[in-house]
Amino acid sequence: MAKYIGKRIKRTEDPRLIKGLAHYVDDIDLPGTLHVAFVRSMYAHARITGIDTAEAMKAPGVVAVYTGKDIATKIGPVPCAAALPDLKVPDYRVLATDKVLFVGHPIAAVVATDKYTARDAVEYLYPGVYLEELPAVVHVIDGVPTSPVIHEHFGDNIAYKLTSGEGDIDAAMKAADRIVTQKMIHQRLAPIAMEPRGVLARYFPGEEELTVWSSTQIPHLLRTQLALMIGIPENKLRVITPEVGGGFGSKLNVYAEEALLGWISMQLGKPVKWIESRRENMQATIHGRAQVGTVEVGVKNDGTITGLRYNVVADLGAYHQLLTPAIPTLTGLMLSGAYKIPAIQMNVTGVFTNKMSTDAYRGAGRPEATYVVERVMDVIARELNLDPVEVRRKNFPKASEFPFHTATGLDYDSGNYDGALDKALDLSGYQKLREEQKKARDNGKLIGIGLSSYVEICALGPSQAMPAGGWESATVRIEPTGKVTILTGTSPHGQGQETSFAQIAADELGVDLNDVTVIHGDTGVVQYGIGTFGSRATAVGGTAVLIAIQKLKEKAAKIAAHMMQCDASRLSFEAGCYTREEAAAAAATGKSEPVVPVGEAPGGALNEVPTPTNGRTKLTIQEIALAAHIAKEIPPDTEPGLSATYFFEPKNFTFPFGTHICVVEIDKDTGETKIIKYVAVDDCGKVINPLLVDGQVHGGIVQSIGQALYEEVIYDDQGQLVTGELMDYAVPKAAQIPWFETDRTETPSPVNPLGVKGVGEAGTIGATPAIVNAVVDALAPYGVKHLDMPMRPEKIWKIIHA
Amino acid sequence: MKQAISINVNGVDHTSEVEPRVLLVHYLRDVLGLTGTHVGCETSICGACTILIDGQAVKSCTMFAVQADGSNITTIEGLAANGNLHPVQEGFWECHGLQCGYCTPGMILTSTQIIDRNPNASREEIRRGLEGNLCRCTGYQHIVEAVEYAAKKASA
Repeated sequence: MAKYIGKRIKRTEDPRLIKGLAHYVDDIDLPGTLHVAFVRSMYAHARITGIDTAEAMKAPGVVAVYTGKDIATKIGPVPCAAALPDLKVPDYRVLATDKVLFVGHPIAAVVATDKYTARDAVEYLYPGVYLEELPAVVHVIDGVPTSPVIHEHFGDNIAYKLTSGEGDIDAAMKAADRIVTQKMIHQRLAPIAMEPRGVLARYFPGEEELTVWSSTQIPHLLRTQLALMIGIPENKLRVITPEVGGGFGSKLNVYAEEALLGWISMQLGKPVKWIESRRENMQATIHGRAQVGTVEVGVKNDGTITGLRYNVVADLGAYHQLLTPAIPTLTGLMLSGAYKIPAIQMNVTGVFTNKMSTDAYRGAGRPEATYVVERVMDVIARELNLDPVEVRRKNFPKASEFPFHTATGLDYDSGNYDGALDKALDLSGYQKLREEQKKARDNGKLIGIGLSSYVEICALGPSQAMPAGGWESATVRIEPTGKVTILTGTSPHGQGQETSFAQIAADELGVDLNDVTVIHGDTGVVQYGIGTFGSRATAVGGTAVLIAIQKLKEKAAKIAAHMMQCDASRLSFEAGCYTREEAAAAAATGKSEPVVPVGEAPGGALNEVPTPTNGRTKLTIQEIALAAHIAKEIPPDTEPGLSATYFFEPKNFTFPFGTHICVVEIDKDTGETKIIKYVAVDDCGKVINPLLVDGQVHGGIVQSIGQALYEEVIYDDQGQLVTGELMDYAVPKAAQIPWFETDRTETPSPVNPLGVKGVGEAGTIGATPAIVNAVVDALAPYGVKHLDMPMRPEKIWKIIHA
Repeated sequence: MKQAISINVNGVDHTSEVEPRVLLVHYLRDVLGLTGTHVGCETSICGACTILIDGQAVKSCTMFAVQADGSNITTIEGLAANGNLHPVQEGFWECHGLQCGYCTPGMILTSTQIIDRNPNASREEIRRGLEGNLCRCTGYQHIVEAVEYAAKKASA
């Protein structure tokens, strides 16, 4: 049955991409398009005292200039979908009105006949923008900054405070032999999708229809929000996500520019385009992480954990983007890690700062939790003089204990943490590594070994736990010519679901993979969907595809039974054919039936009734599709056509897990860290396409390497963005990356019939602590117990040469 | 003041009048409609805009179109010959050397130069050769494998 599922199938989306023929937003060229550029704040915090647009308006080619005052009442605020008790939500206008609150805050939009002219006009406009600089709130390293207050009417800079967790934390701490405490910084990161954001909007005044092409991960949610912001009926608005050049959470959002472009197109009756520059991307696309916290763990002398408390300040930035305040709550959910911890408490304070908003960056709150837990496991091991493996194993739930309830309120679906750990230890030759490390240390070399046994929460998620629904949709059609069309509500942007969903469909329908087309990212074509984020596309969206196909097959079987004049219960389905039972029995004894070869569409003109069945006892699903459309030979109570739609609501999240082991060598002269071995054993449940899973794991680990060693969004004391280009923000390069040895264990998820769990974020969640643990381990001879990220050469060199 | 330029792109001669400040990448994309060459950073760090100028891999976002006057350019659209994929394109497909595809045209063109210069490049050398091109999706391993695949195929 499984001809495609589980196989390393190369991607069907690749030919257009490797030939340079794909269409990202900026590749779409509509006649008469006007170009938009933004005047953005150069200050972190300033009062706008006046804007004089006259000079800019005089420039040749300038069509219009819009300021915050012009449009304040015309476009609704940038939305925040997170609902937390007593959450303060600032009024986030698409252009600043009275104050600017972060570097990059849009102040005015300039529309011109081409992009060069638009950028020129921005320069003409800058001198006319009068700003009175105010002191900025920048750092949260020492707690909540009290002055100045960014949003004056709130009275302070606290957006919310929240306590989460279960169990008696005070009793748990009292039951411990000792309390291990560690402060940790999760630095601010930039997601850096290689394609920056971009928007093209076209309004047809006659039809009153607006089409918005946007590089987004959530076309339908964006359509709903834009309709509300702009005030256009949702059924007159179409959002299209053409090719999207990476997202990593940064395009899981609704941005000011998206609404503004749509609205401007409606004002001018012409297509308008804005393509984000990398500088704008660093300034005004969401950032990730940015937490400073202290973890306290109660632990027995044998390494058994009795309780965990995490007090954390989350740097939210100046405003809430779509999910900003919710991200730290995901940290709270995952603080049990891969361990049995009887009592857990997180106390989080979300703080406004004069910076760009933080929001979901690959992992979104879970890497922080994994880092806290996996880092502190090593701190515990060091204090108790135990091997880090031993401490972890001691606290694992056994495979027989699943579903496993955590003190963060979750029920882990399935797991075998010992299994993944054992495999990683074997694959890395852990014992031998430790011996080699000892020898190397004796020779004065700095070798470190780090591991991380992570659990992540994926397949987001049950609607009860999600701000805007957590289901996913699929429509499956078999066209009259036998070709299969899948419409998915997910919005892949590199993950490869055009291939993996086709694999699911081709197996389930018994058709050729190349006869399946997966359509996504067009609200004018695809039924409502939620989108691609939270490692959900295959587990939730793939399941929707599977169940839609099963529904379609129920109908196909009914038609087949009618055509072959038997009861549907007497049909068998295999390799794309419905066969009458007695025929199947006959075939087994060697008699053959005339059939159209599997995978081939029936020929002939569409008005030619495929007759017959003429007593035939075997029909391909393509023949049934044609019959269903011609509708002369279908049961009287059956609707013509052959398609089915399903909206899948998951009953739980899924919980992938694994163990990563990293070995580093530190150059004493330069302080540089070199990863000399990296082993990743991941368990993402059933695997649809191992090639794609490897790709997801590799990419995620490299983003972890970036966080651990190189990357940091830096604002200076005045709130000026220092890392404003890729020249200053260190995205890892090929030569900095080791060869990864990857392997898997496979523990199916009981949450969906595919048994899949999700893998999109495993690398960024699991790998960071393994790398940091390795570096800290390498520096143990210097008494280092903890080191904050990014562990750049300078930081390490200073320790070695202190 | 516009300036006349003649450039051969993918085997076709083009003569145009352009403003001296027009970047080569914008000339290729906006004037010639060859949108396979992407802009990722505008500072010649990411390499998404890499093309071949007279056989050399060059970042077209930090070069003016007028500077390319008289040159022969290959963009991603011109790499496949007679409908057959270039071995590097094939390698990227076979080895899953791309995910979102945005860095891919630049990666592929840089990779052709790596192989041209050293058909027996080691993994280490391939990684060094790719340093001017950023990929945020793949983690580079499959790209290195793709280049190895292409090198083998090209020398076969």
